[in-house]
Amino acid sequence: MTNPVFDRIQKEIDNNDVSLFMKGTADMPLCGFSAMVVQVLSQLGVPFSTVNVLEDDDIRQGIKDFTNWPTIPQLYVKGEFIGGCDIVREMYETGELQDFFEEKGLLRAA
Amino acid sequence: MAMEAAEIEKLIKEGIPDAVVEIEDLRGDGDHYAAYVASPSFKGKTRVQQHQMVFDALQGKMGNELHALALQTGVKED
Repeated sequence: MTNPVFDRIQKEIDNNDVSLFMKGTADMPLCGFSAMVVQVLSQLGVPFSTVNVLEDDDIRQGIKDFTNWPTIPQLYVKGEFIGGCDIVREMYETGELQDFFEEKGLLRAA
Repeated sequence: MAMEAAEIEKLIKEGIPDAVVEIEDLRGDGDHYAAYVASPSFKGKTRVQQHQMVFDALQGKMGNELHALALQTGVKED
């Protein structure tokens, strides 16, 4: 028995190289942690799509079960779960995130 | 609903017995903490897996009673 919410999530992360499940939108983040990830991605200049979990309770709960990760935001790159705000920030501060995006061909080497 | 720093530390240590845990109360409201958790059992695990181990130790409180826990993990040598 497939899970329709998981199917929707899977389609979103398959169809978008960089997909951010967040509270609010890139232009209007509604939570500090979501805003932090939007800022990091914008500073790196990586195009990304967003899903506003506040507009869809099924997705808001489903995404937490999908990856066994209890919080929002959640960042996916080429279908792979990268982490929440803490991990994205830590990777950004160490330069790992930039390298990672370059390896994935999503960012031209500086 | 909020949590005490000591309770967070206790849960993490019960779930990850060999962990070193440092908790910082960011705002004094019992809802915004920073935690550094290091353990030999994190060795070879990705950051996501390390964080999930801490979340499991917190028995579902993360994202519920515990709204914000800025988490950093590291491998503590034996």
